[in-house]
Amino acid sequence: MLDNLKILFHQGKQYIPDVTNAEMPGIFRGRPIINSEKINEDEFMEICPTNAIEKNPVSIDLGKCTFCGECAFAFPNKIKFTTDYKISSNERERLIIKEGEDKPIELNPSLIRKEISEYFSGSLKLRQVSAGGDNSCELELNACGNVNFDMGRFGIEFVASPRHADGIVITGPISENMAEPLQICYDATPEPKIIILAGTDAISGGIFSGSPALNRNFLSKYKIDLFVPGNPVHPLTFINGILELIRKRK
Amino acid sequence: MKNNQRISLPSIPTLEYKKFLEQNVSLLKEPNNHCVNYYGFPSGGKIKLLCCIANDKEGTILVSSSYAEQNQLLPSFTNYNLAFHIFERELHENFGIKYSDHPWLKPVRFPFDRADKNSSSRNYPFYKIDSEELHEVGVGPIHAGVIEPGHFRFICNGEQILHLEIQLGFQHRGIEKLFLEKKIFLQRTTLAENIAGDTVAGHTTAFVNLWESLCNYKAEDDLKFSRTLALELERIAIHTGDLSALCTDIAYQLGSAVFGRLRTPLINYFQIWCGNRLAKGLIRAGKNNFPFTNELKNILEKLLHDYENDFDEICKEAFSLSTVLARFEKTGTVSNKDAFSIGTVGMSARMSGIERDVRKSHPHDLYSSFNHQPITKNHGDVYSRVQIRKEEIKQSIGYIRKLLENIPQQNKNRNPLSLSQPDSFCISLVEGWRGEICHCAITDEKGELAHYKVKDPSFHNWLALALAVRQNEISDFPVCNKSFNLSYCGHDL
Repeated sequence: MLDNLKILFHQGKQYIPDVTNAEMPGIFRGRPIINSEKINEDEFMEICPTNAIEKNPVSIDLGKCTFCGECAFAFPNKIKFTTDYKISSNERERLIIKEGEDKPIELNPSLIRKEISEYFSGSLKLRQVSAGGDNSCELELNACGNVNFDMGRFGIEFVASPRHADGIVITGPISENMAEPLQICYDATPEPKIIILAGTDAISGGIFSGSPALNRNFLSKYKIDLFVPGNPVHPLTFINGILELIRKRK
Repeated sequence: MKNNQRISLPSIPTLEYKKFLEQNVSLLKEPNNHCVNYYGFPSGGKIKLLCCIANDKEGTILVSSSYAEQNQLLPSFTNYNLAFHIFERELHENFGIKYSDHPWLKPVRFPFDRADKNSSSRNYPFYKIDSEELHEVGVGPIHAGVIEPGHFRFICNGEQILHLEIQLGFQHRGIEKLFLEKKIFLQRTTLAENIAGDTVAGHTTAFVNLWESLCNYKAEDDLKFSRTLALELERIAIHTGDLSALCTDIAYQLGSAVFGRLRTPLINYFQIWCGNRLAKGLIRAGKNNFPFTNELKNILEKLLHDYENDFDEICKEAFSLSTVLARFEKTGTVSNKDAFSIGTVGMSARMSGIERDVRKSHPHDLYSSFNHQPITKNHGDVYSRVQIRKEEIKQSIGYIRKLLENIPQQNKNRNPLSLSQPDSFCISLVEGWRGEICHCAITDEKGELAHYKVKDPSFHNWLALALAVRQNEISDFPVCNKSFNLSYCGHDL
């Protein structure tokens, strides 16, 4: 018993007191800023492994970006990644950062369904479906519930069955072999249910985009309530995205 | 050939199938030899079979080849050596090659380009026992936790598991084909990083070492340093997370919380170093975007010091509790004989006294400087796998401290990577935290990538889990599963 207390004492306080305003340690590739400097735009576009960069005007799509940072190494004066981890949105368009823009990414309140803030603002249970995910987003979603991030303090938790859940969180590019299990899981979730896409692979297919082993038809059938970019998503990105979704009102 | 050596494709001996079979099967009678890869690829209307047998004593890899035709009926290697079962199942699934004496040509992963399109996870006939006293339990593909999908079908006598059948393939993303389709080098590196998110350093190192060999590029010490350091840090981080998960599964709350929180500073260190908690973006062929500095060294030394104190304290407490030991000891046992016969690698081999470790037998990067001695246990139970993790963490901390004594200078005038050489074959072995990772590549007459093959250690080891749970209670399955912690995405590809 005394040994246990000693261990507890040695561990100290590990939780991040305010996860909505925490500082990111070290370097982190969060929301990018592209300045208006003139460069060879074709060369800039060609660097990107997932075609996230477009020209006229120069922009980067965080739904496609794998956050490898190679564009920032090649053109350090053109683009830089900030440590701003609040990069989720419920509108796909808002994930596209254009030249000269430097403002926080937010949710579009007019797209948040009324039921969400009505029912889920104090408690949200989620069923995670790994549909071809590489286990990195899964590791980070697990980390959301650990003693550091402690997502449970907001009443947000992952549950074992879709029947206990208010929504599903999809990771991975959705493989053909997972398309049907994903549909069954969604059907088993009671209404009103929400869909969250976690990670670049889920949002756009990422590096797997266009692979014949995928079947992303599911995504065209339903409204997506939240897009959480990242490869993998950072726990702070995920927690803040969800909090904004359930707290923001029209 | 040696690990990471490029050889010319025509120099690989091509044997008549019967001779090919005899030679490779007889090679495996020697206990120092094991099969690291056996696969096929289309070549001139036929299927070229390529078998790579590693000699762990000499540090060499023996490669031979043969030709087979689609739908041809052949005698199997598996009939002589069970370790080949999974490779031949894959050949059957991909190319329709039939075997006259293979015990069970069970589907491996239902790839999109499989030979028999009618075979799917929907109509797959699971093994059945006809009995009124036994019952079946099916789990998945979506599991209860936040983990990847796979289907487990148990046949139980009351609480006791008689048989477990594992069906995978749900995570199949077509990675090997994408390696050929994505022509830009960075795309291929990104693919390697996304094979398995828990083994980013492992798979990416295998890929870049292979690629540098194909381009005749000699990596400088600072590149090797970063890769070795990343591999060992990844090993410590994942092992620590596994110890936490194992404590969770036996409802030991303190261990679960403390090991869980001890993982955080380690993966945060990757973020401090390269901006990503799982080291995505860190390892690149022929360059280093994140040179290691003295400041990084100081942070890491402090981190390891703090980590080790807390780690030792919780280990001492956890492994003296009879309630913890009672759940770990003699649970999920795989005998040395079984582990050897099915060709396990990594921790899943070392738990049963099989000393199989690429760091010792085929050292790459800076491993030859460590005089590495693999940690082995003899009981093959959950506790052996727990102890291996605990001791490997301490061993890796030692290696990192040794690495930090001598940080190589960054080369600022590096030669750019040239084009990959034509008509070549190259194999790259890396000891990831889970075990032996093997990447193989073949280039065509223009030096373009013609075939790419990835093998995760889990490919060998899933059968070990199925054997481990026999005669155990079904309630012990989670702790057995977690003690192996095998990869779904690395297997399904």
